Amino acid sequence: MSPPLLMGAVAYDPKVVTIWDGFRHWFADEGLDFDYVLYSHYERQVEDLVAGRIDAAWNSPLAWIRTRRMVPGARAVAMRDTDRDLTSVLVVRATSTIEQPADLAGATVATGAVDSPQGTLLPLGLLEGVDVEVRRFEVGVGLHGDHVGGERDAARALAAGDVDAACMLDANHLLFSQEGTLPAGGTRVIAQTSPFDHCNMSVAGDHPLVDRFVALLLAMDYADPAARPLMDLEGLTRWLPGRVTGYAALEAAVDRVGFYDPKGAITADGYRP
Amino acid sequence: MATGPELPEVGAGADRVPELDLGPLGLDGGGHLLLDHALAGLSPGSTLRVVGGDPHLAVHLGAWARRRGHRVEGSLVVRGDAGDRRLVGAERAGTPDRVAERAPATWSLAARGAVIEQGAPPLVGADLDRREEVWTELAPKLYAQAAAGQWDPATAVDWTPPHLPDEVEDAVVQVMTYLVENEQAALAVPARFVGRVHPHFREVVQFLATQLADEARHVEVFTRRARLCGRQLGVSGAGGRASLQTLLDEPEWPVAAFLLSVLGEGTFLSLLSFLERHAPDHVTARIAQLSLQDEARHVAFAMGHLGEHLRSDPALRHRLAAAVRRRHDVLARTAGLSDAVHDALVVLAAGEWSQEAISRGWAQVARLQEEMDDGRRRRLVRLGFATTEAAELSALHTRNFM
Repeated sequence: MSPPLLMGAVAYDPKVVTIWDGFRHWFADEGLDFDYVLYSHYERQVEDLVAGRIDAAWNSPLAWIRTRRMVPGARAVAMRDTDRDLTSVLVVRATSTIEQPADLAGATVATGAVDSPQGTLLPLGLLEGVDVEVRRFEVGVGLHGDHVGGERDAARALAAGDVDAACMLDANHLLFSQEGTLPAGGTRVIAQTSPFDHCNMSVAGDHPLVDRFVALLLAMDYADPAARPLMDLEGLTRWLPGRVTGYAALEAAVDRVGFYDPKGAITADGYRP
Repeated sequence: MATGPELPEVGAGADRVPELDLGPLGLDGGGHLLLDHALAGLSPGSTLRVVGGDPHLAVHLGAWARRRGHRVEGSLVVRGDAGDRRLVGAERAGTPDRVAERAPATWSLAARGAVIEQGAPPLVGADLDRREEVWTELAPKLYAQAAAGQWDPATAVDWTPPHLPDEVEDAVVQVMTYLVENEQAALAVPARFVGRVHPHFREVVQFLATQLADEARHVEVFTRRARLCGRQLGVSGAGGRASLQTLLDEPEWPVAAFLLSVLGEGTFLSLLSFLERHAPDHVTARIAQLSLQDEARHVAFAMGHLGEHLRSDPALRHRLAAAVRRRHDVLARTAGLSDAVHDALVVLAAGEWSQEAISRGWAQVARLQEEMDDGRRRRLVRLGFATTEAAELSALHTRNFM
């Protein structure tokens, strides 16, 4: 008999317990021996996945990149429908004279935390070659941007006139505009990244239950009243097969800022998850 | 599938697709409502071209669609089926104008007739979920009457202190002291059950809520009258409280309603009518009159739902009778109505401290007790008890009246 499939997830919010406890029961009802452990940040989760202490990891895109660098044969076996084709945007106040990224030379740009792909690493790629002062809002360092607080603080700084531009996920620009963090009609998007992919379920070993685990994820139905509230909390309407074609821009950003070395060692200056 | 709006189609041949023009409206300003409405009229997999003048439309469209299980290809939204799948297995919580025989816990707190999305935890604790045990066709009407009949103690009563002989004022204070503790019980008993009635029977819950508000007012006005002339409150007899405790101890809803509302509050109709007629001052008369109107509704409601319950479950009558006998046995060694309350009623009705008046008051209290007995027997017969059993049960009713 196989040992249970043990998955890691990062506890960026109390709802993570609700989500994975619920999924654990759901998997049990489907006959899968599944358990999970929670991590306080992604770096230890990746290290434990690589060391074989867990069999799967619900990874941020940055954690996936580190996993891949440490274990080239690692696989992304599943992802949410909402993990595909995200974009980040560079936003200025509507009254600003800035029309394009190059106009920000010498200006101050607010970002999310140092390790946020969507709030920092990817949108700063839009400013390559432009000499700007970056003001990072370090909320939830180690959570790879899962905590929206850094992007929200960056948006607040933009609205308050403290910075000249701010970086954020497209969905968060919509959210901040709807909730009033950004005034209605008060901002302008001056640049948008190419689409990129976000989280994936990463495996680095060959646990015998992985195929069954993935098959169950892909079969999870939004019409199932037991699964739907958990899917709503996790922010998806269906699980899709993992794909690794949407991480090239983040790979490049990691190299550009030296976040990890080619073997996956942490090299980011001052990064303390 | 919901019906969507008529949309113009643009393009040629196989590329013709419906188009939604949001105009200047952005998705951060309510545009998603038009988008949802337009997509509702399309089948999953269909495409909708979305155009508009909001400068953020292209950025927001992808983010919005992703979250809702749609796909975006340029300005085309490919409709997903997440919204449809959310309501797979959904059912309506009965119909708005007719109550169900039994309300399942899965209907939970939903409005009667609402579409129930599956997946929420079932309602816990609402075990009074069968029509026969809680419902009466009178409930909507009685609730409407109760809502319209709520009165404000501050304005409905002229609180000018009366000038009564000391002995009579003392008697009024003692009667008020007695009424307050009885009204506290009349509040506590339905309060223990109101959360157990399934919200599907909403007019019952609403009526019970007004009953609680009524009793809260009664507690207020009787307390205020007791203190109106600066007197301390009177005595709370042990026998009276023992009797009221048996009401609080009753775990079964129909039995508790029977003991409290049919027998207790029914008896109080006579008492409050007596107080209104014989009160020595305008304040006592007025608060008795106002409380009497409320109590009459409570009795009518209990008679209604118990009557319908007894028609569907005649065996309940034996349980009700047994409860009266059991309560009598429990209280056999208690004093029931204290002498202090009885004598205070006599003096209150006398209205003055003289031999003639006290003699008159004594006779009126004796007549009151006969009226109480008559009323109880009449209500018991209306609930289907035989005349002889009604007389026996009325006689066994607590001497504390409530």
